[in-house]
Order: sequence, then structure tokens, then C-alpha cells
Amino acid sequence: MANAAADHAHDAHGHDSHADHPTGWRRWVMSTNHKDIGTMYLIFAIIAGLVGGFLSIMMRLELAEPGLQYFTNPQTYNVFVTGHGLIMVFFVVMPAVIGGYGNWFVPLMIGAPDMAFPRMNNISFWLLPASLSLLLISLFVEGAPGSNGFGGGWTVYPPLSTMGHPGPALDFGILSLHLAGASSILGAINFITTILNMRAPGMTMHKMPLFAWALLVTAFLLLLSLPVLAGAITMLLTDRNFGTSFFDPTNGGDPILYQHLFWFFGHPEVYIMILPGFGIVSHIISTFSKKPIFGYLGMAYAMVAIGAVGFIVWAHHMYTAGLALNTQRYFVFATMVIAVPTGVKIFSWIATMWGGSIRFSAAMHWAVGFIFLFTVGGVTGVVLSNAGLDRNLHNTYYVVAHFHYVLSLGAVFSIFAAWYYWFPKMYGRIIPEWIGKLHFWVAFIGANVLFFPMHFTGLAGMPRHYVDYPEAFAGWNKISSYGSYIFAFGLLIFFFGIYKAFASPVRAENSPWGEGATTLEWTLTSPPPHHQFETLPVISGGDH
Amino acid sequence: MTRWRNGAAALAALALGLVSPAFAGTGQPSPWELGMQTPVTESAIFLSNMHDGVNIVIALITLFVLALLLIVIYRFNDKTNPVPSKTTHHTGLEIAWTLIPALILVGISIPSFRLLKMQVELPQADITIKAVGHQWYWSYEYPQDQGGGFGYDSYMLSPEDAKKANQPNLLAVDNELVLPAGKTIVVEVIGQDVIHNFAVPSFGIRMDAVPGRLNQTWFKTDVEGTYYGQCSRLCGANHAFMPISVRIVSPEKYAAWLVDAKKKFAALDASPVQLAAQ
Repeated sequence: MANAAADHAHDAHGHDSHADHPTGWRRWVMSTNHKDIGTMYLIFAIIAGLVGGFLSIMMRLELAEPGLQYFTNPQTYNVFVTGHGLIMVFFVVMPAVIGGYGNWFVPLMIGAPDMAFPRMNNISFWLLPASLSLLLISLFVEGAPGSNGFGGGWTVYPPLSTMGHPGPALDFGILSLHLAGASSILGAINFITTILNMRAPGMTMHKMPLFAWALLVTAFLLLLSLPVLAGAITMLLTDRNFGTSFFDPTNGGDPILYQHLFWFFGHPEVYIMILPGFGIVSHIISTFSKKPIFGYLGMAYAMVAIGAVGFIVWAHHMYTAGLALNTQRYFVFATMVIAVPTGVKIFSWIATMWGGSIRFSAAMHWAVGFIFLFTVGGVTGVVLSNAGLDRNLHNTYYVVAHFHYVLSLGAVFSIFAAWYYWFPKMYGRIIPEWIGKLHFWVAFIGANVLFFPMHFTGLAGMPRHYVDYPEAFAGWNKISSYGSYIFAFGLLIFFFGIYKAFASPVRAENSPWGEGATTLEWTLTSPPPHHQFETLPVISGGDH
Repeated sequence: MTRWRNGAAALAALALGLVSPAFAGTGQPSPWELGMQTPVTESAIFLSNMHDGVNIVIALITLFVLALLLIVIYRFNDKTNPVPSKTTHHTGLEIAWTLIPALILVGISIPSFRLLKMQVELPQADITIKAVGHQWYWSYEYPQDQGGGFGYDSYMLSPEDAKKANQPNLLAVDNELVLPAGKTIVVEVIGQDVIHNFAVPSFGIRMDAVPGRLNQTWFKTDVEGTYYGQCSRLCGANHAFMPISVRIVSPEKYAAWLVDAKKKFAALDASPVQLAAQ
């Protein structure tokens, strides 16, 4: 455990000077403050979440019954599916956990005054509204003949994304992805440099909090995987516009090349989305169990292992592409390997709680929910890792169920867990616990009613990306749609909680969660000063 | 002992009652179905059985984790256990929860690799046909030297026509893929414009139809009947409206059908390479 012997009494600067604490629009548009930038990311993620959520509610409204009710042009449904996926991945989950919580708490936890490159941090954020704008514009220009928007799925496979969408929509989409990718690559540079170079004196790597470890691994995954996506989508751009044939078989190209390039990015991407959540859950479990995390080194290096092995399993997304037997065999084996360090984490969280003195705060509800629900999603992943079984499950709703369990019930639950845990620290206000808990139960019920039946429709053969389905799938689809309305209602509770917090005169103390909260952010005021640790804390205490 | 047997019988009856509205369909999904469509090939049967086995394993693992969480919630909350322990290590536990999952995975991998080999390694074909994915229909080609030499398109029937034909909506087609029972069929799969996917759940087959790449899959069934599948790779606006319908008939009926089909359908005079480049 790290104890801070911070000297607050004699600050190097007696007060915040003008240059250090901008006001008005400059404070936000030209920010060099990791906390302000983190807040902008969180607000952005919430807004994008409403857009992405609207798209998915429309999809569930359509799928509630067989036949076409809302999407008389089926291509529009494909555009909604694609937009939903891209928005949730690039504009909700990643900005929330990396840009939002990562920016806010990595510097605080390692005892640093800010990120290594505070101004580059700002452009990382502001690239995102530009990127989202391009994606939203793409929805209103022609994609496939006779329709607007790109409807080829978030994976953007050619030839559907080349000759199948001759209009400019996907060109807007590719530019959008380039900006988002640049934002994350710059952010990754920032996090790696900050974590490796700016830990407070005495904070060795093995004393660093697990959320910082999670962000370090995540940053390396971003750094190494995003350039490959950039290459793949640039090749798409030139195939579409400049006469190249990378993916055009009539001219010597290969559509499968794109799939390899995309998934080389795409698989690490899913670990990018979940690893920060692992860090968040570790902090919350430890705080509310009033116990240090069980097996700290195992937890840290399990994340390293998951990240590293995550780079060599990509073709488990391509089992039906016509790969050779030995190729499929290798990817089955490598994919199964990842289940081992992941299991270590699940059991270590439980072992942390074992013998603890657990307070079931709102944040703890979300974290414990995460542990169970991520396990459900993880085990269906083990099923899918078997190419033989995937033969009947690939591109069915079983896959949709799997990834929504690990994302909507994993990553998103970790986002809400962190929200109810760190909100008092960030904004100095208190969201009433009952609201956080009610939100949890509504979300838990809604998301399970929504996604669990998808295992059944998938096993029974219902394909993904389908605007309509044979009558036999109607029953479970109706139930799923009701689940989505329940989950959406939970968001109203979420917003109500924010309102209550800001409407109330009650202010949060430095460390509202008690002695279990041992990381450095809890030694600061709530909210922290605009600049903290201008004199570095000195970390004492035993190694983990 | 009698109590155990009665209890087991009661449990079985309950389980049956829970799933009875959800019996598997054969060759098509059935309402409220919980599991896979009835398998009619050796590899699909293997797949279905292996899935049942793996399903039990993952259900037990999930229930185990749930049980641990419930125990923790009830035994170690701040009222029942006011003083937290300081335990952060236990080498035995850490070894166990690394080794046991690894062994479980090894166990799963044994049937897994057997199934994979069965699916991917093509046996000697009795009949080879070609399935070409188009936006938004399938076309099938029967080779000259196997009594064929023709090809035809297979379009989804409209809801009205499907009803008239007494077949499920979105699955019924105008020209089915007709093949004989008891023979090894190799299906060559290719895409003519974008990537599609040829899937028939009851056969346990699913293969991408990629432009410029001739993929191959195979099946053999002894059970006559009609088996449906749906295009399983997003291919544009009418992706949901290009189903696959395979009618398995006796070898005698197949021979007779071939004679009729050759007269009815367009002759295949273009070479396969030309066809793919169109």
C-alpha cells in the first residue's frame, strides 16, 4: 500500500497564477489540465452514448416483431447497426474509460501534477468531436446506391465497403476513424510517458495502483494496434478513390487481407475497452472490502499477459473465411490461453472480498455485478473460441450476446461503477446511494432481459445484421426489446442522480468511502485543486 | 435411495416441462427454441453434442462463481464481519485457479480439434456443386460430368408466395438446391460481388462466399427433407432476404430431378473462372 507523505503546507506557488488557471472558453478549448480534459471526455461520452443508444433503441423497436415496421428501406437498418457499433466503441467506451477516468485519475494516483504532455492531451480530446461530426455527416450523404450512410458493419469489410458503397459516406467514415485513431495514439503516448516517467518518488512499478497498470497496458495496445487499422482503412480509401486494388480480386487483390489487417487491430481493441474496467473494478472491490487486492502481482501481470496474447489471436474472428486447418487450430489454441489469466482475475477479486468487511455501496453493486456478468460473457467466449462450434455460431446472435455481455454488462458496468465511485471526488458532490443502487438494478434486469435471450436465438440460427427474421425467432426478440426499454429507463435514473447531486447543498469530503480507499486521489480535496502535487508526495510503505 | 430416484425423476420432469415448448426444429428454427436446430449430418451431430457438453461445463463454472459471490455477500459484509482480514496471498489457491482452468481447456480442446478436422478436411466427393453468392440471391451450378451441366438462380419467395407454398417466410425460395441423401456433397462457395456466407445450421456448415476465392465445405446426410439456412455475412440492403433452401431426396428422385433440371435450367457453358469475374 502506498502512503503519501505529501507536504501541502508549503506549496511552491503561493496561489494559482492567471496562466495556470484559465477562465471562460479558453479553460475548455485550450485546456492543459488533465482533470478538465477528463471531464470533457466524460461529457462527450455521455452525449455520444445517447446517440448510440438511440440507434439501438430504434433497432430493437424494429426487431420487436417480424416484418418491417420502421425501416422500410432495409439498408437504413444496416446504417443504424454500423453507426451504433462505431459510436459505442470509439465515442463512448474508449473516451469514458481512457480519456475520462484515465486522464482524471492516472496522474492523481501516481502523484503527478498532470500528464506528461498536457497540451497534446487537449488535442486528443478535441479530435473526437471533429471525428464524431464526420461520422454523423456520413449518415446524411449517399453510401450504397439509393441510400444514405454506410451500412457495412463496424468491421467495414470490402468489397461491400468498396464497390458496395460507391457514395461518399464511407469516405467521411474513414476520415472520422483516422481522427479518432490519431486521438488515441497521441493519448497512448501521453499515458505511457506519464506512467513510466512521472511516478512520485518511492512509487516503484510494483507499488503502482492497478488502474494505472491497466492504463499502461491499454496504452501499449493502442499504440501498436491503431496504426494497423490506419493502414487498413487507408488502403480502403485508396481502393475507393485512387485506383488501387488492395482488396479487389479482379485486379490481384484479396478481401481476406483486409480482414487480417482489421482484426489485428480489432482484437486488441476489445481488450483496450475492457482492461481499464478491470483496473476500476480492482479499486472498487478493494475499497469496499476494506482489504488490499488479493495477489497484486498476479493481477498486474495477468493484465500484461491478456494484452500481449491479445495480439496473436485475431483470426478467431475469421473462422469461416476459409482458413487452412492448421491456421484455425493455432488460433483456437491461442484464444483459449487467454481464458487462464482472465480466470485468475475473477478469482482474485472474489478472494479479495473473501474475509473482507464489505460495504455494499452503489459502486460496489456495479463492481460485483461486473464480476458475475463478465464471467457469463467470458464463458460464451470460450465456447466461440472453438472453431468447430463457431461453425454454427459465427455471425449469429450468439456472438451478439457474447460481446454485449462483456461490453454492455462488462465495460459499461465498470463505467457506471467508476461514476458512482469517483463522482464525489471529481465534482465535490454526492449522488444519493439509493439512486446509484436503483440504477444498478434497473440496468441489471434490463440488460439481462435484453441480451440473455440472444444466446437462444443465436443457437437456433438467427443471423446478425438482420432487419427482419423468420417468424420462429419472434418470441425471444420481443423479450429482448422489452429489456432494451428497461435499460433505457435506467438512464433516466442516472441523469436524475446527477441532478440531485448538483441541486443539493451537501459537499463531499476528501475520502467519503472510508479507510478502504488507499490510493492517492483520496488524500486530495473533493474536487482536487486545479493543480495538485506541485510538491511531489513521497511514497513509503511496503512493496506489494 | 428411493428418495433420490424420485427426486431425480421430478427434476427431469420439471426440466422437460421447461424445455418442451422449445423443441428444436429440423432444418429450420422453431418458436422459443433454446438450442440448436436438429443436426442431420455426422459433423453437425458431433457439434451439437460437443456444445451440450461445453455448455454444462460453462454453466457449472458460472454457477460456481455466482455461489462464491453469494457466499461472500452474506458472510463477509460489514455487519457480519466487522474486522477485515489481511490475507493477500495463498500460493495453493493461486496455483489451483491457474491449473484447473487450464486443464478444463485442455479437456475441451480434445473433441474440439477432432470436430474441426472433421469439418475442414474434405472427404472424397460423390457430388460437387457450386454455390455463388450474389446481391441478393444464390445461384447453384451442377457440373456436366455428374449428370448436370446447368445452373440456376435461387431467390427468396415473397411472404405471399411462401404462404401459398406452405413454407416459412424469409426461408422459402423459388428454386431449391436439390441433392441426394446418403452421398458426400462438396459445396464450392464463392462470392460474385461482395462477401456472402453459405450456412445451413442443420448440416453444421457455414462458409464465406468471397469474391476471387473458391472456398469449399462438405456435408453428407441420410435424412430426406428440406433444410434452410440464411446468408451469414452482411452483404448490403437485402442481406436478410437471400436464404438457402436445400431439399434432400432419395438418389432415385435426384436422378430424375437432374434430367428435368437439365431441360429446365440454363446450360453452363461459361468456364468457372469467367463466372467468378463477372
